[in-house]
Amino acid sequence: MSFMGIKLITRFYCSFENVVPRVCIVGSGPAGFYAAMHLCKKLNNVHIDILEKLPVPFGLVRYGVAPDHPEVKNVINQFTKVANKPNVNFYGNIALGKDIDLLQLRQHYDAVLLTYGAEEDKTLGIENEEANNIVAARNFVGWYNGHPRDKDLKIDLSGTTAAILGQGNVALDVARMLLTPIDILRKTDITEHALAALADSKVKELYLIGRRGPLQVAFTIKELREQLNLPNCKTVWREQDFEGVSSVVSKLGRPRKRLTELMLKSVSESSNINIMPGDKCFKPIFFRSPNKFLTDNMNHVTGIELTCNRLEGDNLEYQKCIATDEKEFLDCSLVFRSIGYTSVKVDKDIIFDTNGFVTNDKGRVIEDNVSSLAKLYVAGWLGTGPAGVILHTMSNAFLVAKTICEDLKDCKNLSSKGGFQEVRKILLKSNQSHIIVDWNGWEKIDNYEVELGKKYGKPREKLCSISKMLEIASS
Amino acid sequence: MFLKNCLRIFSSARIRFLLNNNVKASTFVNYKSVASLSTSKLALESEKVKVTFVLNDGKRLETVANVGDTLLDVVVNNDLNIEGFGACEGTVTCSTCHVILKPEDFERLPEEASDEERDMLDLAYSLTETSRLGCQITLTKELDGLEVKVPETINDARS
Ligand SMILES: Cc1cc2nc3c(=O)[nH]c(=O)nc-3n(C[C@H](O)[C@H](O)[C@H](O)COP(=O)(O)OP(=O)(O)OC[C@H]3O[C@@H](n4cnc5c(N)ncnc54)[C@H](O)[C@@H]3O)c2cc1C
Ligand code: FES
Repeated sequence: MSFMGIKLITRFYCSFENVVPRVCIVGSGPAGFYAAMHLCKKLNNVHIDILEKLPVPFGLVRYGVAPDHPEVKNVINQFTKVANKPNVNFYGNIALGKDIDLLQLRQHYDAVLLTYGAEEDKTLGIENEEANNIVAARNFVGWYNGHPRDKDLKIDLSGTTAAILGQGNVALDVARMLLTPIDILRKTDITEHALAALADSKVKELYLIGRRGPLQVAFTIKELREQLNLPNCKTVWREQDFEGVSSVVSKLGRPRKRLTELMLKSVSESSNINIMPGDKCFKPIFFRSPNKFLTDNMNHVTGIELTCNRLEGDNLEYQKCIATDEKEFLDCSLVFRSIGYTSVKVDKDIIFDTNGFVTNDKGRVIEDNVSSLAKLYVAGWLGTGPAGVILHTMSNAFLVAKTICEDLKDCKNLSSKGGFQEVRKILLKSNQSHIIVDWNGWEKIDNYEVELGKKYGKPREKLCSISKMLEIASS
Repeated sequence: MFLKNCLRIFSSARIRFLLNNNVKASTFVNYKSVASLSTSKLALESEKVKVTFVLNDGKRLETVANVGDTLLDVVVNNDLNIEGFGACEGTVTCSTCHVILKPEDFERLPEEASDEERDMLDLAYSLTETSRLGCQITLTKELDGLEVKVPETINDARS
């Protein structure tokens, strides 16, 4: 009996020594953390390292989700539990493609999962797009959320009329930040620099411009309802945009149907609306594409030339828009471009498809397999495209993690890989003083920010300087 | 299994004890559970109902829960291993607590879904006519024996 026991123990020990697979996850947003969660749950033995470009974790939960949506950020508690598992490590301030390359990671791990998101703004490619006060929604969002990249954003809020190009949830976030009474924002973790600028904002009239019609909007009902309920803000629609819409509502699927019904209800209320002095106005308009921006002699935007569109196609929700010869001009002194995101090719070995995301099948990156290298996977916005909410990212991350589990279980002869030890060597070789921020370092930053927030009566005041973050983390 | 359940009940009662004595220890703030904690402390200890979660792979998680708790409370207090469940901690902003009820159970729920709950449900995968958010279902005595299905959490986000 005791002999058996010893035998079992040694066996366990051997397999532990030889077979604990090392998984490297690049990017610490929801996709990275949810994948880690699933891997931990399904594999008895696995070692996970999460590498992150910034010194701080959570991706768009920290830098995308609006400050007035603190409830959404509760998900951080689930991620923190994952990070606190003994077999999961977080290493911040390491950028793939800059500090380390993909080939090196694939040499030192058994599986590499890319979850570095979609960081760049899509552009329109039209005349005068570079004019002053045409702002990428992404940078505006980063600015009010304290992303180090955007802290010095140039934005002039002294004009009364602004326009947002795009009708997704990000566009509605931008609208809400501009239209919400400032005293509500004061209680959130919005950055002080944004709060000060928004407190002085003169924007009173905000257009939300969509290429297609009410049946094709990309925003979801929760965000619209929130916008419609904003205090001291009236929503004004163009009734003609809704021609024929009510007759098709009953044919729509439940989510689209409820969303359309809410719009129609608001349209009928807006026809006899009473705009009080001091009210702000939110004005969605449809069937318009920007053709070019108009500017003054200081290269400051003064308006948009819009092309009028009509829709074609049998499937109501997916109709295509066709440009007509008609034009319309909109005067405005501030424009936000919010037409979507695209991923960055951070490393020469990452292959993108024509849609701009990494080509994959259930997360397996499609490529010529080199057996000595770690298999490559992709999850989250980098693999699915930048659409959907955290729930959808979670679902995809679980799917991809399941794929990884299957592959690792099938893989009979894993050779032992160096993992992060090797990564650290590489980092220090090129820069002896490279600071790596581990979870403990993040907790220091976290505490510091919460303390700082107390001074302003906010849940947190984010640090916007990377060097300051590194200083706190290594204190 | 029985023993395990007993242990679970024991530990959840302990958590409650801690919660009642030290409100700050509560990291889990849920609209409805807060209300129930403060109104009927004693009743909570005595009134129990059986609730079963049926997972996508057919696995059944049987629990004994307190009247006044939400289904999310039940999952958390019993440490039920349902991946990703309750990400927003009951604030109706994530839909990860989506459950599907039997039509007869759906009908006998004391409260209908609010607009806000329906808004979130509209984002969920595998939405059905009898779908609800687990964080918005509060257990009553009448719901004893409730059985809910937890839909698959793994989906291809592209489809
Ligand atoms: C403005 C905005 C608001 C949103 N609001 C909501 C909301 O209210 N509710 C909701 O459910 N969903 C919301 N979403 C959607 C949600 O944020 C996404 O579904 C989710 O964050 C996608 O996760 P991800 O992990 O793929 O990418 P990300 O969250 O972008 O994470 C990617 C991570 O990778 C890191 N990274 C980038 N490049 C590198 C590199 N070279 N090396 C290492 N690391 C790198 C980034 O710093 C980042 O931490 C919002 C999205 C946006 C843009
Ligand atoms: S826990 Fe998030 S909606 Fe119920």
